[in-house]
Parts: sequence; structure tokens; C-alpha cells
Amino acid sequence: MTDTTTHARIAEIVNGNDVVLFMKGTPLFPQCGFSSRAVAILERIGVEYATVDVLQDMEIRNGIKDYSDWPTIPQLYIKGEFVGGSDIMMEMYEAGELAELVEQAGIARA
Amino acid sequence: MAMAADDIAAMIRAALPDAEVTITDLAGDGEHYAAHVVSAAFRGQTRIAQHKAVYAALGGRMGGVLHALQLTTAIPT
Repeated sequence: MTDTTTHARIAEIVNGNDVVLFMKGTPLFPQCGFSSRAVAILERIGVEYATVDVLQDMEIRNGIKDYSDWPTIPQLYIKGEFVGGSDIMMEMYEAGELAELVEQAGIARA
Repeated sequence: MAMAADDIAAMIRAALPDAEVTITDLAGDGEHYAAHVVSAAFRGQTRIAQHKAVYAALGGRMGGVLHALQLTTAIPT
């Protein structure tokens, strides 16, 4: 279970950033193939995004899975909404839906 | 602990009986799989809901013993 403080911290991050990726490692040094793939997709779309390295914070690493009811990391949030993990990001990217979502949300391109 | 490809497919089929499940062992190491699941049950569901249905079929193993499962879902045409 996630305590309320962790839940509030996650909510603050998710609602305080238009695009935020919870990942293992950093965009420059991803520590997992799935996180690496998620970063590559965001770079390809060319959108500004924030990242949270869950390996640096066990509370967030566990809490984010409860927050979204999603068992794995990475996790992408756009405008406070959970979008999906790297598989869904890839499916949406290939279908042109991710760029569309960014466009509709009126998010600045990097 | 790794899982066998057949076990993964069987668990998904147990929850989604009509599902066409294709498992690919990506690295040949019994650790990194890709699963493609086609089921009429996905009709009308968002991608998140479709993936969650498969994760539910795997009974909490996703993110645990099953670290590296690449998942794609589709509706039969």
C-alpha cells in the first residue's frame, strides 16, 4: 500500500508536469531497455518532458504502481493522465496517436 | 525465476478463452518475451484496459517474475 504522503508526492509530480516519464535511470543513462525505448519515443516525437528516476526513490518506485494500478515501469503521464507503459507508447507512436495526443493537449514541442 | 512461454500463453488463454496468443522468446534466454494477444474481448476497450486484462490474466506476475514481457494487443479483424 502507498502511504498518503507518497501518493501526494506522486500527484504533485504528475499534475505539475505536462509530460512526465517515470523511468529507471535517466534519459542519458537509462537502466532498462523498456525505459530506454520510452525515452527514444519521446525524443522522436520531439516533446519537452520531465523524468523521475524511480531507482533513486523506493517510495515512488512502489507507489507509482499503485497510483496508476499498473505493474511496470516506465509509465508516461500527459496532463495528469496515465497514458501507458512503453508497449502502449510504441503502439500509439506507430499509429500516430501519441503525437496527436501531445498536439491536442497543446504541449510545446522541444 | 523465469517463466516458460507455454505457461504464459496458457494463463492468458485461461482468462481470455478466445484469445489468439503468440509468444516470442526475444533473446532465447527464457526471460525476455514478446506476447501478441488477439481477442474479441478487447473490443471497445482502451489500450490500457486491454493490457490490464492480460496483466490480470498473469495474476500479478507482471513486473515480478515476468520482468520483460513486451505486450501488444489487437482485436480480431
